[in-house]
Amino acid sequence: MAEQMTGAEMVVQALIDQGVEHIFGYPGGAVLPIYDAIFQQDKLEHILVRHEQGATHMAEGYARSTGKCGVVLVTSGPGATNAVTGLTDALLDSIPLVCITGQVPTPLIGSDAFQECDTVGITRNCTKHNYLVKSIEDLPRILHEAFHIATSGRPGPVVIDIPKDVQFAMGRYFKPQAQMSHPTYKPQREGDIEAIRLAVELMLKAERPVFYTGGGIVNSGPEASRNLRELAELTGFPVTSTLMGLGAYPASGNQWLGMLGMHGTYEANMAMHDCDLMICLGARFDDRITGRIDAFSPGSRKIHVDIDPSSINKNILVDVPIVGDVNLVMEEMIRIWRAKTNQPRIEAIAPWWKQIEKWRSVNSLGFTNSDTIIKPQHAIQRLYEATRGRDVYITTEVGQHQMWAAQHFHFDQPNRWMTSGGLGTMGYGLPAAIGVQVAHRDALVIDIAGEASVQMTMQEMSTALQYNLPIKVFILNNEYMGMVRQWQELLHGGRYSHSYSDALPDFVKLAEAYGGHGIRCSDPSELDNAIDEMINVNKPVIFDCLVSKEENCLPMIPSGKPHNEMILPDTADIGSIIDEKGKVLV
Amino acid sequence: MNANLLPTGSAYFLTQQTQTPERHTLTVLVDNEPGVLARVVGLFSARGFNIDSLTVSETEHDKHRSRITVVTVATPKILEQIKLQLERLVPVHKVHDLTAEGNAIERELALVKVAGVGENRVEALRLADAFRAQVIDASTESFVFEVTGKSSKVEQFIALMAPIGLVEVVRTGLAAITRGAEGM
Repeated sequence: MAEQMTGAEMVVQALIDQGVEHIFGYPGGAVLPIYDAIFQQDKLEHILVRHEQGATHMAEGYARSTGKCGVVLVTSGPGATNAVTGLTDALLDSIPLVCITGQVPTPLIGSDAFQECDTVGITRNCTKHNYLVKSIEDLPRILHEAFHIATSGRPGPVVIDIPKDVQFAMGRYFKPQAQMSHPTYKPQREGDIEAIRLAVELMLKAERPVFYTGGGIVNSGPEASRNLRELAELTGFPVTSTLMGLGAYPASGNQWLGMLGMHGTYEANMAMHDCDLMICLGARFDDRITGRIDAFSPGSRKIHVDIDPSSINKNILVDVPIVGDVNLVMEEMIRIWRAKTNQPRIEAIAPWWKQIEKWRSVNSLGFTNSDTIIKPQHAIQRLYEATRGRDVYITTEVGQHQMWAAQHFHFDQPNRWMTSGGLGTMGYGLPAAIGVQVAHRDALVIDIAGEASVQMTMQEMSTALQYNLPIKVFILNNEYMGMVRQWQELLHGGRYSHSYSDALPDFVKLAEAYGGHGIRCSDPSELDNAIDEMINVNKPVIFDCLVSKEENCLPMIPSGKPHNEMILPDTADIGSIIDEKGKVLV
Repeated sequence: MNANLLPTGSAYFLTQQTQTPERHTLTVLVDNEPGVLARVVGLFSARGFNIDSLTVSETEHDKHRSRITVVTVATPKILEQIKLQLERLVPVHKVHDLTAEGNAIERELALVKVAGVGENRVEALRLADAFRAQVIDASTESFVFEVTGKSSKVEQFIALMAPIGLVEVVRTGLAAITRGAEGM
């Protein structure tokens, strides 16, 4: 059914037909026709942000917590360039986004017109795909194709740049097809059955196996998390996860080793190093995970399941590559395992579990608590205890607080943990929390923040107030860019060059200035009550939690070191650990 | 599937044996849409891959398809990445590594301007004849030759022209196609 309408109306109609309910955006000259079309309907709710970067992170939080595509609408020029950070963030963390940018009218393109920039040129390398719509005839196809590309295969951001004259032009709109197909873009979903069979054979013989899982399981949908749990139960193998995959396997599960990688647990990293079979499900051997790659898990065979063929053999050579949707591959693994046996390999891997228990007993997440000053790890533990059993979603900024949150807050469900993993974008958490709260109005949404990161997107507090989104910003305030300071202690003789937070605002007054609620706490004995107050206030809260200033985030695999050379909590002089070669690494 | 099943130890150490850079010719079939060349070239620069030669033109007008021929120098591991990363681009139909598949024909065209008088003119024409180069422009003191062949032949011709009075050269870059009845 083709219908005549303007380009702007097509944009709104296509969003509605794609099942979009909320979009995050900021108006401007080159998107006025679309904003006019939004004004004249009531199916799409538009959330007005305070900065376009905020819109992209909100859409990411929205997407990550719902499994749906996040949608952003911004104007040309600065609107588009401000969105670049969030687009890059979504590309690295495989988050499905569609970002519609206005553009100057086609006759003005290339003339250095007011608010003109080469949006498709600028975003070409930070999107999965992008389009400049030069003709109204192409618009409906591109709109639907963008959603297909953003959400299928390895998800990612897609930009549609629409010149203003195309928004005004009349054309024929058609609805999306039930089954989208594309002449060149055809992600492979089914894994090669022979490879899966070989993988299961290796699993049936493994004596020191480990599941290394990642964000791909969360992206693959809730069924993938269920299948991971079933596969883990069926095999009896230990499970660890990347930062992005937390919650796919429950932290309360017996086979859970905790997160792996640079700030992962000792048992997870030692298991990765000493295993004889590594089963990588929806993760990509990122450098935060592998540490020194020529000493990465030297004695293991490696199975790698990934929907993106280019992830395979990119950083680490694997023995059994399987390209496909991790959920479908796990289904096949379960089916083939079942056909061979119904028994987990309990006896065969008992010595391995015994070894893991020994590593566990090191208690690598331990820290010395204090009753005079709040330790950041303690604050997160108390936050976790206070919110247990609630419908809770956690976002974070980037830095020490992010790693402490990953270590000490525990997730039993997927889609509950929103963090900037690949790009490490400070300022992600507050807008992401707003995006999550838009999708889950009654849930408890907490941004675990640092006082430095949160100031990068603090203005979005105003958005939270405007739409009555009672997000909780829980700031672990140590008056340092803590992770930078920690690296300066590790690498640069403790010369804290520009890593301290000076001239900080009074966060309580700041919250009140925005119309929210401010809380400050510096006394460990008052922490629980203060957290309860934060949870029970039904409006946006900034919680200024003053914590010990020079706490290091441990354990840690220092740069240039393999998994079995971790810095453990009670290490005295961390400044002498990293050698010259390691110092040039990030 | 390319499982590197080893009796013991890690697959990682396989890389040690295969880290010599090799010169490969890739042919990339793409939709001829705006920006497609920028996507391909941007991918090479963003990921630090190398381009030795690049040839691009529309080859199937009715289907709006172009062929891009890229010559690159990379280790086998990086070559695999280049191929997979190219295939990830939405407008890319197919990527073939003609060097790995073997038996491809490679040709290049060069226009070579040579200036000189007397014996040098005679010598230039004699060499052009030996290389089957055509004279496509002539004046009393110059020639422009068109020479076609493998890159090595083109380079040799240019080298011989240098002492005779080489002024300038323009080259198309490499075009390559597989032998036999099969298409891409």
